[in-house]
Amino acid sequence: MELKTKVTAEEGKQEMLITREFDLPLDLLFRAYEDPEIVEQWMGSKALKLDNKKHGGYQLEKKDDKGNVVFRANGAFHEFIPNKKITRTFEMENTPAGVQLEFYEFETLGEDKSKLTMRVLYESVAQRDEVLKWGMRPGVNAAHNRIEEVLKQYK
Amino acid sequence: MNLRRDVFQAIADPTRRAILLLVATQSMTAGAIAANFDTARPTVSKHLSILTECELLEQTQSGREIHYHINAKKMKEVADFIEPFRRMWDDRFNKIEEIMSKYKTKK
Repeated sequence: MELKTKVTAEEGKQEMLITREFDLPLDLLFRAYEDPEIVEQWMGSKALKLDNKKHGGYQLEKKDDKGNVVFRANGAFHEFIPNKKITRTFEMENTPAGVQLEFYEFETLGEDKSKLTMRVLYESVAQRDEVLKWGMRPGVNAAHNRIEEVLKQYK
Repeated sequence: MNLRRDVFQAIADPTRRAILLLVATQSMTAGAIAANFDTARPTVSKHLSILTECELLEQTQSGREIHYHINAKKMKEVADFIEPFRRMWDDRFNKIEEIMSKYKTKK
């Protein structure tokens, strides 16, 4: 079966390419990135701030059941063109992951189909590889499972 | 995890990646490998020992010669690095699809 999500990280490069085709019309796909309530549903993090405009900032936060902050990230938009493009920085707080520059391109593939192309640039090759390895850590998977549990309530 | 880190550092170097490509199709001696590079022989030897240490290369003794060949199993492990990361994103995107398709039917 063809994989819906593709990740390309060429050796020795400090970037990563993530592509995905959705069975969703373009405007709905974009809304998942635009609407703070919906962002919260799929990211599992509350959007404390989501100022969708050039030079606007955003901040995401996730707390555990006891109210401890388990994840906080922030960044600034450089471009926010509805149904087309988002350029932003992304920084996960209190981690050595560093700041990354993200380019999101949204395109339509027909009435109920759309595509997202995410290009992520890291400060260095080493930095990118660290982030890739971080994805392997069991803690991340555990956090992800928790996100899934939260989202089940919305089903 | 430390071993994996070493593997990643090993393939971050362009000369070492070139060496891996060279021996991908046939096993070669250190001399034959070095002949493909302008780099000084001791430098190539250093690269070979790094690649061998993190098990990307294997050595086989035949008579007085040592042949280097690729360890396919280890190379696959490197490719596997991306898979959990890919899956993490795939899960997120599936979530988006699931959540947003509900909005679609509401329209």
